[in-house]
Amino acid sequence: MATTSAPQHDLWRQLSTFLYRRSTLSLVLLLAPPLLWLGVVYLGSLFSMLVQSFFHIDRFTGLVVREFTLATYAELFTPANLDVTLRTSGMAAAVTLAAALLAFPLAYYMARYATGQTKAFLYLAVLLPLWSSYLIRVYAWKLILAKEGIISWFVARLGLQGALDWALGLPVVGGPSLSVSAIGMWLVFVYVWLPYMILPIQAALERVPKSLIEAAGDLGARPGETFRTVILPLAFPGVVAGSIFTFSLTLGDFIIPGTIGDSSYFIGQVVLVQQGTAGNIPLAAAFTAIPMVIMGIYLVVAKRLGAFDAL
Amino acid sequence: MTNDTPAVRFINVSRHFGEVKAVDGLNLDILDGEFFSMLGPSGSGKTTCLRLIAGFELPTAGRIELRGEEVTDLPPYERDVNTVFQDYALFPHMSVGENIAYGLMIKKVPKAERERRVEEMLELVQLPGLARRKPSQLSGGQRQRVALARALINRPRVLLLDEPLGALDLKLRQQMQIELKAIQKQVGITFVFVTHDQEEALTMSERLAVFNQGKIEQIGTPAEVYERPATAFVAGFVGVSNLVSGPIAKAITGSTQTFTVRPEKIHLREVNAPVAESECAAPGRIRDVVYLGMHTRYLVELDGGGDLTVVEQNLRTTSMDVLAARGRSVKLVWERAHNRPIAEAGA
Repeated sequence: MATTSAPQHDLWRQLSTFLYRRSTLSLVLLLAPPLLWLGVVYLGSLFSMLVQSFFHIDRFTGLVVREFTLATYAELFTPANLDVTLRTSGMAAAVTLAAALLAFPLAYYMARYATGQTKAFLYLAVLLPLWSSYLIRVYAWKLILAKEGIISWFVARLGLQGALDWALGLPVVGGPSLSVSAIGMWLVFVYVWLPYMILPIQAALERVPKSLIEAAGDLGARPGETFRTVILPLAFPGVVAGSIFTFSLTLGDFIIPGTIGDSSYFIGQVVLVQQGTAGNIPLAAAFTAIPMVIMGIYLVVAKRLGAFDAL
Repeated sequence: MTNDTPAVRFINVSRHFGEVKAVDGLNLDILDGEFFSMLGPSGSGKTTCLRLIAGFELPTAGRIELRGEEVTDLPPYERDVNTVFQDYALFPHMSVGENIAYGLMIKKVPKAERERRVEEMLELVQLPGLARRKPSQLSGGQRQRVALARALINRPRVLLLDEPLGALDLKLRQQMQIELKAIQKQVGITFVFVTHDQEEALTMSERLAVFNQGKIEQIGTPAEVYERPATAFVAGFVGVSNLVSGPIAKAITGSTQTFTVRPEKIHLREVNAPVAESECAAPGRIRDVVYLGMHTRYLVELDGGGDLTVVEQNLRTTSMDVLAARGRSVKLVWERAHNRPIAEAGA
């Protein structure tokens, strides 16, 4: 045994010595697989999608015409399609705002006060929902929000039936019941994306040393002023990271609008229908470009606001 | 500037964390305008004491006064003190100028005055023209100065410094010690300086308190604390000291009273050298020699038992001479007046 393993051992040593002295080669070997994956599979498909969006479909034959045109993009600005974009963006903004407001206090508590078992429990509580199927959770919410569901029952018990009816009677956001309304959709969106907001904020807050907060108080800042001038600016990159998740996930989702929503379309649904049943790949591709443009603008604005100064 | 009301007064102050008595029944007066150091090993309660003055910690018992006004339960932002933190705690998202102006901004001081005073402060700490830099672009020593400027711009009654020089290298540290002292003289503010470095405390302070296990062992001027240590702990912590007790003490002084004697007071003599009336002596053998450049430290094993440390300057001797002394029999001689009797407890 010893006689066969010794040369092998030697070979490994020579190889590792060889690589140790050639750090560039090691780096190339390490980075090649992920870069190939990102470059070819991810960026490649993204690029081919962008190319598709500059084609258009022949209305008569239903075939894709492979010629450069902006006609498909122009189609995005028809009133019906513009409506879809505005509706989806509005929902994404509302979901992001609510998620940020809900996530911040919890993330703050997790980062600054919770220790040991409490912290482990909170992590688990935040992450546990992600372990079960997203579809199951959405359908569960369908039942929770239904007219005969627990929320309606509870609201009725509290004697707030009038308030619920009033909210459901509102134009645009209302509907026959919570399970078929924009309000219900909003609740479910906030629920499913909340962990993606909590974790980045928590990570950002964890990196703020306690002494900075003490220093602000020491220099005369009341807790509110400390929050506004020190904690929030330092946690802002986390809030932006979280909002990128909640915003873009909402922009692309088609399950929740299809399950909870009324019949008005969201971007994700349009993409699904156009590339599937309608076979209009160029329009689907053009619609997919919308979230990318919105996120691009969002990042530029966030940078202007100094979101990444503290990084 | 000075008046009779102490800048800081602790009356029977305790801060217990569960079973741990970080600060235990402390009474302390820090005079107005003085440079006061709190010296002690880590965990001795000196930093907790500082945090009690700042208001980051609240005492579990007792009363704290600033200039005669009770502040025991006031939050930090209601206290007229400022702190220079050990890690400087500069706000990373603000420029140096914004950092220094922070306290003024909170007090809503007009922008023009803020900028003027920031420039003044930058002059004081010798960093003119750096207002636009970010803290991350500064060296450790520069950050230290910014932290000092940010605290001093508010003209607090008391400035608290929590081991501010701990992260600096030796040269910079010694330079900052001198500068801090000069700045304190210039602004006339009471400085409360926490350190575990006895040399730093001795060189900088007008008075110092030696902390041990949540209590103060001794308060006094550096000379008092060094020359007349009140307890064995103080004798051992402030400088190096020889502690002699029991039968060995009796053999030397004729009494079993425990005493300390500083190593630099003891002289190495020939075995049969004469001893004057005012001196005491002990025979022994040099067991170890540590050559330290400017001086040499000898560990001498006494014939009567026990060891004494002796330090002699290398005025005429070289490393060759002193290292050859190992194993030699000697007589240790020192002035009787340098013996400091101390209480047995606390050792």
